[in-house]
Amino acid sequence: MLSLLPIDTLLIAACAWLAIGLLGLVAPRNLRFISKTLFPLGALVGVLVGLVALGSLGEAPETAVLVIGLPDLPFHLRLDNLSAVFALLLGFVPVGISIYAAGYFRKGEGTAPGVLCLEYHVFLASMLLVLLADDAYAFMVAWESMALSSFFLVTTNHQHAEIRRAGFLYLLIAHVGAISILLSFGVMTGGAGDYTFAGMRAQQLSPFWASAAFLLALVGFGAKAGLVPLHVWLPEAHPAAPSPVSAMMSGVMLKTAIYGLLRVSFDLVGTPLWWWGVVALAVGLVTALFGVLYSTVQSDMKRLLAYSSIENIGLIAVGIGLTLIFHAYRMEALAALAMTAVLYHCLAHSAFKSLLFLCTGSVLHATKERSLGKLGGLIHRMPWVAWLALAGVIASVGLPPLSGFVSEWMLLQAFLFSPGLPHPWLNMVVPVAAALVVFVAALAGFAMVKFYGIIFLGQMREPGLKDAHDAGPWEKFGLAWLALITLLLGILPSTVISRIDAATRQLLGTGLADKLHEQGWWMLAPMSPERASYEPLIFLVTIAATLLLGRWLVRHLYHGRVRRTAAWDCGYWFQGPRAQDTAEGFSQPIRRIFEPMFRMERHFPTARDSKPYYSVKVEDHFWHWLYLPVARLVNAISGLVTAVQGGRIAIYLLYSFITLLILLLVARP
Amino acid sequence: MNAAIPFSAQLINLFASVILLLAFAMLAQRRVMALVNLFALQGLTLCLSTLVVAVTTGQTHLYWSAGLTLLLKALLLPWILHRLIRRLQVKWEVESLINIPATMLVGIALVIIAFNVTQPISELSSTISRGTLGIALASVMLAFLMMITRTKAIPQVVGFLAMENGLFLAATSATYGMPMVVELGIALDVLIGVIILGVFFFQIRDQFDSLDIRHMEKLKDN
Repeated sequence: MLSLLPIDTLLIAACAWLAIGLLGLVAPRNLRFISKTLFPLGALVGVLVGLVALGSLGEAPETAVLVIGLPDLPFHLRLDNLSAVFALLLGFVPVGISIYAAGYFRKGEGTAPGVLCLEYHVFLASMLLVLLADDAYAFMVAWESMALSSFFLVTTNHQHAEIRRAGFLYLLIAHVGAISILLSFGVMTGGAGDYTFAGMRAQQLSPFWASAAFLLALVGFGAKAGLVPLHVWLPEAHPAAPSPVSAMMSGVMLKTAIYGLLRVSFDLVGTPLWWWGVVALAVGLVTALFGVLYSTVQSDMKRLLAYSSIENIGLIAVGIGLTLIFHAYRMEALAALAMTAVLYHCLAHSAFKSLLFLCTGSVLHATKERSLGKLGGLIHRMPWVAWLALAGVIASVGLPPLSGFVSEWMLLQAFLFSPGLPHPWLNMVVPVAAALVVFVAALAGFAMVKFYGIIFLGQMREPGLKDAHDAGPWEKFGLAWLALITLLLGILPSTVISRIDAATRQLLGTGLADKLHEQGWWMLAPMSPERASYEPLIFLVTIAATLLLGRWLVRHLYHGRVRRTAAWDCGYWFQGPRAQDTAEGFSQPIRRIFEPMFRMERHFPTARDSKPYYSVKVEDHFWHWLYLPVARLVNAISGLVTAVQGGRIAIYLLYSFITLLILLLVARP
Repeated sequence: MNAAIPFSAQLINLFASVILLLAFAMLAQRRVMALVNLFALQGLTLCLSTLVVAVTTGQTHLYWSAGLTLLLKALLLPWILHRLIRRLQVKWEVESLINIPATMLVGIALVIIAFNVTQPISELSSTISRGTLGIALASVMLAFLMMITRTKAIPQVVGFLAMENGLFLAATSATYGMPMVVELGIALDVLIGVIILGVFFFQIRDQFDSLDIRHMEKLKDN
């Protein structure tokens, strides 16, 4: 067998993805060939990427130089442990999404399937290149191809004006972010003109310029990840995109932004300053709170998930901030704990959010409805989707024994040590942040109960839902794959952490693996078993045993009679599906309590209305505080320019003439 | 004038001043037909001036330039413009945005500026016709001024062509003309330009029932 280095294999995988995409153009309208052959092939490549990344964790970094690119400016590539962790995610999560997509795309929906296949696989390949890039040039090329291909994926159904609008907003913010990233790289070269990452590591920046580079990177990657206030594209683009694309963007693409932020702040820019961590922590907290509050009040299921993604990205940013603070004070063991929480949450969120987005796709196909108010009781018609979605929901809420709990628990563990920080007010303020994180987790639970309960439980709100059908075999497999990842991440945290620990070790110089090796694989005790430990299998067994025992007790000891009746009718015989709690009604307490956080337009029915109706529209404050003023400013400036453009040829000629005269007079020899 | 200046140079200066005079005359002329005739006359003078430079310096390619100027600017373009005017049945009067005396005053100011600006260059130049550089720039600027102040399409085209005359004079006086290839290219450009503009005239008239370019303000995007 050829002795291929992992980095070569990954390059081949990227080329394979590109080739699969191009093959889609051979027969762009042949849906059968594309969905049943090309997408599964892409999934196979994903498995390869994941396995190679898994194998290269813990190995020494490998580099390669590609001769493509501009003259004298080749692409530098490097596979190190940080890239490998994210490549792991980029390999395994898209497997589920690709297989799901094989069954998802139907005839006659927007872009031709072949073009879609090209865009999808270019998207995958460019994300892989983002992870491998080792100079600013290659990174930006890959980053921009990622933005462009995902823009085209978002605007798949471009015949709708609102989808085009969402796509434009996404592209705009992606570009603002890209400019910021480019400037950050520029600052990090320190004027030496060497744009390789190795050159940037070698630069010794003054604290001022290092801070500038970090803040620019935070803005740039934050725009892609969805940090407040650059989050507005997320809730627009996710509902606009087809579900596999939403899953890919939320599950995988957002993580490339986290990768970039980690790469810059821990690898390229040098020793971090403590206040960077405070900034990241604060931005992350605001993002998490904002995301979770807005996700509770949504009544479109994909928007709800999009806001929930914002919340999760916020939590990840909180973790990065905490890591930066600990790292700056040389408390490396705690920094490693927080960093592990960050990486773990990236993996966990990637799997469960993709799973949830794909479930909404199945619901959408089965019912043609995205609005929660027209769904309900689907667990009877779509049991597969409902049970697999339950796995995603439990992980998302952060309940044991699934993946979300592990990362959030580690994050909170790290917070518990923050009173030990050697800074007079930091050690008092940071624990307050921990309280807010817990609060966010609780509200996330609320949002997910709403998501799951209103879609799958209760009675069907519309008569048409009786015809809803369960997902097809491809879709079921895709969903089950992601649910399996979620379950494995939940019950084998020590095993996973001992693999991804290599990245933590690379960035911080120390990791958690040594401690974990002293304990068994079944137990997770990041600091010491006396202090806190988590045994997921015990949780799993206890929960399963309690459920089974309870069921057995009710069946055999209580009275044994089973009576089937409509769900949630509270015992009233006349209560129909319309009388169930609606999406708006469910979140009404949150809207009431946090009223200043929302911008609401409500319409209440009066006693005299012939057709009474109630409606509530929740808008984002940031539109009115930040985006609309900026848009008005741009309009005003272009208005000034329009005044110059009078439409008279004589005036235009006069401009040239005066310019000529002034130039002649100024540049006189 | 200084007696030390050779006869040929005096001749060149004379022709140059005639060109300047004609530029002023064009600026003041109200009638379209007469404007075109003045333009033809300017082309002829330019040709003569180039010829004198060619004879004095023995630059053979300047003969070609002179011939080209004669053919194109004194004969062909005026002929095309005459035909256009007859076909379009343009009104005789030319309207101006600024009244003519005021335009002339601005023109005088421009001539002063042009001389002031080109003086250092003329001193550096070693050509026999260096004194005419200021005149060349002045006639470029006067033609430009004519383009700005006229509201009808045809006088604007004449202004554009007169500007080219000024540039040609500048090239001859500063460096004994441009390379032949460049000159041929420019000549072709001017010819094609006029033909295209002629097509545009018909379009403009069909659209607005007039050749007044002030109507084009309507095309502005609001």
